Amino acid sequence: MTNLRDNVGPFFGQYGGRFMPESLIAAIDELAAAYEETKTDPAFQAELAELHRSYTGRPSIITEVPRFAKHAGGARIILKREDLNHTGSHKINNVLGQALLTRKIGKTRVIAETGAGQHGVATATAAALFGMECTIFMGEVDTQRQALNVARMRLLGAEVVSVTTGSRTLKDAINEAYREWVTSVETTNYIFGTAAGPHPFPAMVRDFQKIIGEEARQQVLDLTGRLPDAVAACVGGGSNAIGIFHAFLDDPSVRLYGYEAAGDGIDTDRHAASIERGRPGILHGARSYLLQDDDGQTIESHSISAGLDYPGVGPEHAWLNDIGRATYLPATDTEAMEALRLLSRTEGIIPAIESAHALAGALKLGKELGPDSIILVNLSGRGDKDVATAGAWFDLFDEGARQE
Amino acid sequence: MTVRVDGASATIAARRDAGSGALVGYLPVGFPDLATSIDAAVALVENGVDILELGLPYSDPVMDGIVIQQATQTALAAGFRVRDVFSAVEGIRSRVDAPVLVMTYWNPVLQYGVDRFADDLRSAGGSGLITPDITPDSAADWIATSDRTGLDRVFLAAPSSTDARLADTVAASRGFVYAVSTMGITGTRQDVDAAARGLVGRLKAAGAENACVGIGISTADHVREVLEYADGAIVGTAIVKSLADGGVTALARFAAELSDGLH
Repeated sequence: MTNLRDNVGPFFGQYGGRFMPESLIAAIDELAAAYEETKTDPAFQAELAELHRSYTGRPSIITEVPRFAKHAGGARIILKREDLNHTGSHKINNVLGQALLTRKIGKTRVIAETGAGQHGVATATAAALFGMECTIFMGEVDTQRQALNVARMRLLGAEVVSVTTGSRTLKDAINEAYREWVTSVETTNYIFGTAAGPHPFPAMVRDFQKIIGEEARQQVLDLTGRLPDAVAACVGGGSNAIGIFHAFLDDPSVRLYGYEAAGDGIDTDRHAASIERGRPGILHGARSYLLQDDDGQTIESHSISAGLDYPGVGPEHAWLNDIGRATYLPATDTEAMEALRLLSRTEGIIPAIESAHALAGALKLGKELGPDSIILVNLSGRGDKDVATAGAWFDLFDEGARQE
Repeated sequence: MTVRVDGASATIAARRDAGSGALVGYLPVGFPDLATSIDAAVALVENGVDILELGLPYSDPVMDGIVIQQATQTALAAGFRVRDVFSAVEGIRSRVDAPVLVMTYWNPVLQYGVDRFADDLRSAGGSGLITPDITPDSAADWIATSDRTGLDRVFLAAPSSTDARLADTVAASRGFVYAVSTMGITGTRQDVDAAARGLVGRLKAAGAENACVGIGISTADHVREVLEYADGAIVGTAIVKSLADGGVTALARFAAELSDGLH
């Protein structure tokens, strides 16, 4: 392969594939075929571009953050502001694409899994916009720590199903969404939220998210006259990371860093660092790095950030890791929360806890790369949903005034 | 290493020649504990079940409904290890003569080692695998290993499968093809979906020697209805429920009820 950007799946090196129950193959094949058609369909591309412009608010801006960067060895730090998108994160980029695809294949109902609730909110939003029925599956643990997003989805007209099996987090929400999809596949499309799962999802979600990096690459060139030295993003399933990495894959001077949620630390048993501490296995339809025990049973992940609390990772990241094109490093709960507070206080931007993992990474990276370096960070989401978590973490609530 | 283990097709053929069809019973290994799950499997065969389908408990069982999920989670919480499946098969085969197939999601086999898993299963007297979350086009390693070992490989076919995929599934399967009766996951249902009959007809047209119907089959009436057109009827959730509710005694009584009049 001449260009890393040209990989369209189903395999990324030894990773990816389509390991799925036969009952879902017809639907996945239908989706894959429809997606292939849209790639060369100018009407589809034009409609998506218009939604990006007049609904989401794209292109999202970049913001240089010098007061924050003082804490990063003086490196120049530039944020790609996906937090400013309608619905508050990068998730809407993918959802609008897949919602258009749902309409194209003639289905009238969408389902989705969600961790932090950002993908669920984006899917509920698109369903409202397109007049589709919508059911969101969310682990019970996540419905509690992201209660605001549950209310938001219901306000948008979606049904939210609290999943009480397994670890009651994102992986179990995906299991339950698959079970529902098998049952209702004739009328229902599954809008998968991250660049994982069976082919075509990893390639398709990446393609819908790569607009992040394509815009940012040009914006950084326009601002600084050159490419950044490094690009940083948080990695759960990995859709915001692959979205910003993709445009830079064939720029060898640009180093790519993915920050995995290290929870209490990657040498404890409470983290979500699939690439750093997992080994290859199959979960949710694809082969990739996976947190699993000796028997291949999935190990529950842990992170303060619901959106990164997933024991797997998208197959393209597994491949980029193995070929050395991207580097995956840990950021703990504490490091992420400190970075969240620092960005809030120095720049007046409250990031999502997910994105704060990338900020924590950038603080260290800047010290390594030095004051002349330029680091582009994907600020994948805003922190409004996380204020209750941050308030508890930093003890910001007045005595007796805590809202439940 | 050369234990002769018959596959499921000989048993199915014998039942068909007798003018009936095979009753296939599902149980998860290790539920409620390993010893009881072996006793329960033996009781199924002693009460008229022709072929055993032993479920391997897995953390992410996407094709299973709540009854089987709860049973397999119980087994995992009680410390089930993948290697326990071989001692279970061995224990069952030392007491009753019926083909034992292991129903397993793919990652546990992959992590154990596909070849090692197959060799250990064969040594234990197992007949093969039923693999609900992989399809022949994603199973090259398992197809090679099962060719080497002679183990049965049962793939699933769904009402939504295209004719071309059904043909591939029939060609790749050995023992029988598992015809999924309805678009859904395991669980009891009022009626067996009419889609099952159509699917079995399509599988036969594609050259399937044996097609067994599973999912939603929970009563003796369902079994008889399915065996009018299929080579076997697979009962899972209802058996697990009888074991969960009333232990091996209740399970034995339920199996006898399911097989009443078949033999």
